[in-house]
Amino acid sequence: MLTPVIENICRAEGARVLAGLIRRFGDFDLAEDALQDAFAKAIELWPAQGLPAAPAAWLTTVAQRRALDLMRRRRAGPHYTDEPPDVAAHESDDEGHAAEISGIEDDRLRLLFTCCHPAIAQAAQMALALRTLCGLSTREIARAFLEPEATTAQRLVRVKKKILETRIPYEVPSGESLPERLQAVLGVVYLVFNEGYAGTDAPGLVRPDLCTEAIRLARLLVELMPQESEALGLLALMLLHDARRATRVGDDGAIVPLEEQDRTRWNREEIAEGLELLDSALALRRRGPYQLQAAIAALHARASRAADTDWKQIAALYGGLLREQPGAVVELNAAVALAMAEGAERGLEWMARLGEREELSGYYLLPAARADLLRRLGRLAEARDAYRAALALVRNPAERGYLDRRLAECGG
Amino acid sequence: MQYMILIYGDEKNFAQMASSPEAQKQMYAAFTKYTKDMRDAGIMRAGSELKPTSTATTVRVKNGKTVTTDGPFAETKEQLGGYYIIDVPNLDEAVKWAARCPAAQGGSIEVRPVGVMPATA
Repeated sequence: MLTPVIENICRAEGARVLAGLIRRFGDFDLAEDALQDAFAKAIELWPAQGLPAAPAAWLTTVAQRRALDLMRRRRAGPHYTDEPPDVAAHESDDEGHAAEISGIEDDRLRLLFTCCHPAIAQAAQMALALRTLCGLSTREIARAFLEPEATTAQRLVRVKKKILETRIPYEVPSGESLPERLQAVLGVVYLVFNEGYAGTDAPGLVRPDLCTEAIRLARLLVELMPQESEALGLLALMLLHDARRATRVGDDGAIVPLEEQDRTRWNREEIAEGLELLDSALALRRRGPYQLQAAIAALHARASRAADTDWKQIAALYGGLLREQPGAVVELNAAVALAMAEGAERGLEWMARLGEREELSGYYLLPAARADLLRRLGRLAEARDAYRAALALVRNPAERGYLDRRLAECGG
Repeated sequence: MQYMILIYGDEKNFAQMASSPEAQKQMYAAFTKYTKDMRDAGIMRAGSELKPTSTATTVRVKNGKTVTTDGPFAETKEQLGGYYIIDVPNLDEAVKWAARCPAAQGGSIEVRPVGVMPATA
């Protein structure tokens, strides 16, 4: 069957094509509808005609034609804007495919900044970027936000309407507002990476396409703003995590914890680049949460054996991170680092306090982290209960596989 | 594209200013300059100060009967005290102008695109 192949191509090229369509037509829904129709046409025509030499250009051409059709139809009915879309201008636009393709990076950057516009609520910024730039489904986005799917769907409808009706510009902001706007963009890029690192529907744990996507977006940002320490820090952080990608899931499909990963299989090139980027970032002397997290990842990357890990320094860095970016998830990580540096009991005390608060109820990593510490202490009955509590909350099969294994080791 | 700039502030502060002619003069001078800048930029379509909410009358029609009540439709901490309608290319431009409004310091400026009625057939 050719259809899965074509669907893969559509998925891979979709975001690039969509960003260009949004620039040309200024309407997210119109662009998405037109692209969906182009996908359908591809599935209909490509099996008979063969794959086009440049699938992105083919999809762009078909989707543009479709978008013009849709616009004409809308114009036939009542319209509500003072300036009807200029169909003639789009038709007379004779940009060749080459120009179309070379403008792609800018379009995606433009799209990223528009998605992260300050007039849009942050949750909606992220949802929209994941939807449009990464082609995530509403379900996948809902999982990233730990919220019901209907909430995400409604968020997306509202935000597209707001962009269209308030005319949020489709551009990379100029000088003065750029640094401020960058913070929002960095947050979205990191979320994209995390979605790729622990994807919802992936058979394994990792969805490398999304990690690659996020790293590529961060590279673009670094290129655009080489003096922005946090952009450098974020890219370093993602590379240092990505370097461990191949070792995070075992042959049985279950997640492999950091201390058991085969460090000889970590990607040395990515680690070297990450460390270098982190040094450049730190040299700018404007620290921030991404640089701190990259510094933590760098300490893991530098330890050739798990036992060599400098947990004291990692715990100290988490302390710094908590001051800059307070939050329950960071606190949980800080508690794990403290446990490794100063003993499991200290970590368990902190986690007990965390458990009394509401924020992490429903978050499987809290009972999973507790379970691991209880196991280390040999308190196996309590560890089994905590692993079971984590299993009741976990959804990713690879994470489930790991918890199952640990539960069995504890005699459960 | 037209945007309405709605100017909200605590009108108690505004009333207090009446006892200080100097402060009042300064504020009016700031608004005069702001309005002139908008006119010079060719973006201003309309704008006005509103009398305080103590002068407001709220009107509702219930079962065909007009019911009027004294005061604004809702009691809020900050009250609508004036508005502008400007014509600029996009939201970023509208936000820039809103930020220049003298009342943005200490008050809140709401920016809303102005809707256009569907053309009647």
